[in-house]
Amino acid sequence: MIQFLQQLGAKAVNRVAAVGRAGQLLRQSLIAKPAPMIMFPLLVRQLYFIGVLSLVIIIVSGLFIGMVLGLQGYTILVDYGSEQAVGQMVALSLVRELAPVVTALLFAGRAGSAVTAEIGLMKATEQLASYEMIGVDPMRRIIAPRLWAGFISMPLLSMIFAIVGIWGGSLVAVDWLGIFSGSFWANMQASVSFSEDVLNGVIKSLVFGFVVIWIAVFQGNDCVPTSEGISQATTRTVVYSSLAILGLDFLLTAMMFGDF
Amino acid sequence: MAQLNDTHIEVSNLSFWRGERKIFDDLSLTIPRGKITAIMGPSGTGKTTLLKLIGGQLTPDNGSIWVDGDNVHALTRRRLFELRAKMGMLFQSGALFTDMTVAENVAFPLRVHTDLPERVIRDLVLMKLNAVGLRGASELKPAELSGGMARRAALARAIALDPDLLMYDEPFAGQDPIAMGVLINLISRLNKALGHTSVIVSHDIQETLSIADYVYLISDGKVLAKGAPDQLNGSEDPRVEQFMKGRPDGPVPFHYPAPSFKDQLFGGSQ
Repeated sequence: MIQFLQQLGAKAVNRVAAVGRAGQLLRQSLIAKPAPMIMFPLLVRQLYFIGVLSLVIIIVSGLFIGMVLGLQGYTILVDYGSEQAVGQMVALSLVRELAPVVTALLFAGRAGSAVTAEIGLMKATEQLASYEMIGVDPMRRIIAPRLWAGFISMPLLSMIFAIVGIWGGSLVAVDWLGIFSGSFWANMQASVSFSEDVLNGVIKSLVFGFVVIWIAVFQGNDCVPTSEGISQATTRTVVYSSLAILGLDFLLTAMMFGDF
Repeated sequence: MAQLNDTHIEVSNLSFWRGERKIFDDLSLTIPRGKITAIMGPSGTGKTTLLKLIGGQLTPDNGSIWVDGDNVHALTRRRLFELRAKMGMLFQSGALFTDMTVAENVAFPLRVHTDLPERVIRDLVLMKLNAVGLRGASELKPAELSGGMARRAALARAIALDPDLLMYDEPFAGQDPIAMGVLINLISRLNKALGHTSVIVSHDIQETLSIADYVYLISDGKVLAKGAPDQLNGSEDPRVEQFMKGRPDGPVPFHYPAPSFKDQLFGGSQ
């Protein structure tokens, strides 16, 4: 019994210490004298690896999710004779929920895990220590560009996801099932508000992007530098990010849309 | 001040714990300037840890380390990075940056710490690579190098800024005889030509003793013996003798502490 309590306490202490280390990582990497000449090329490189290379999976997933939404929405709404509202349904579910959440989940799997594995391997092969001994702070050189790149790419990817999804919905609803395109788009335009829906969706994706990339770089930097340690850290990135995204999504939704 | 000029690194009363395990216990040693000092000892005695402590990558639990008159662990982060610019370290794995070519790896410290024009950097890189015999490999990626070549390329990077202090972490481990000979030759030649302080951490006895000016033998977190290579070779301390002659059993037992073999075999349920 005592031993169980002891283990529980040790686990709790370790968790709190990890949160502290994660905060320290954020402070050391982001708060520093800006050096745009050095940082900019590094940032562009990371934007390519983290953002551009995630485009394919985001576009394909967005397209299919939009198409499914169009199809499902139609089959339900047609019973009530309100299939004209399918555009509104597709757009609202994408912009408010699915685009930020699904993009963040895919982003954690595609980019987050890659960042963790890359940084973990740099640690295992002593490259991070090597930067330190050359007198270059790896927090600024390795961690910071990845953090910024994740932070910048996530909302953009989420917007692309929403746009492609809406297009996919219109493909199914208008081009295939024959809903009048005027009412599809007009209903959407009338019901989606920029400040309520679009902006809140962007805020969500900003929060998710920040959390996912923070978890990813922290897990990479904090991993046990062995092959087993790296694989565990990569798993943790995906699991923790997914849980954080879903939990935070509920919290944010309650704050944004919960005032009845 | 005269004392300061002769001593490059002073480790005093250093204690370091890794979890429950004590790595160093009140360890004190001094490393003279401009010489090759070897730190030897069985695996697991924390030789690499000592280098990381000197480089400020780890913080001791007790005691202090002075490099060039600076207390390494009392420096601000910025000052520490400035001090590191005067240190070079050769990691066991080489630790070349895998996303750059060999030439870019060697140029990296120059680009970060100096404002030299690109043409001068190119020439300097070629000189450093020529010194380690890898001028022809300048455009290769680290993954295309053999283990010995990777270590030589890393050595070229470590001397890029002409550091005052060069630390070698197990430079001979896992090298074939030719690569080993090349490295021994290089370390000794570079030390004489550039006049920097060299610290070699190793358990390759003969290779290290052949170039070291001074040797510390560390065991169980303490300095077991120190002196010139000849003095250690002639030591009558059985623990020193066992290590220097490479005997499998002696004061450092072959067996990890365990209950009696007989009891375990015939003791029934245990």
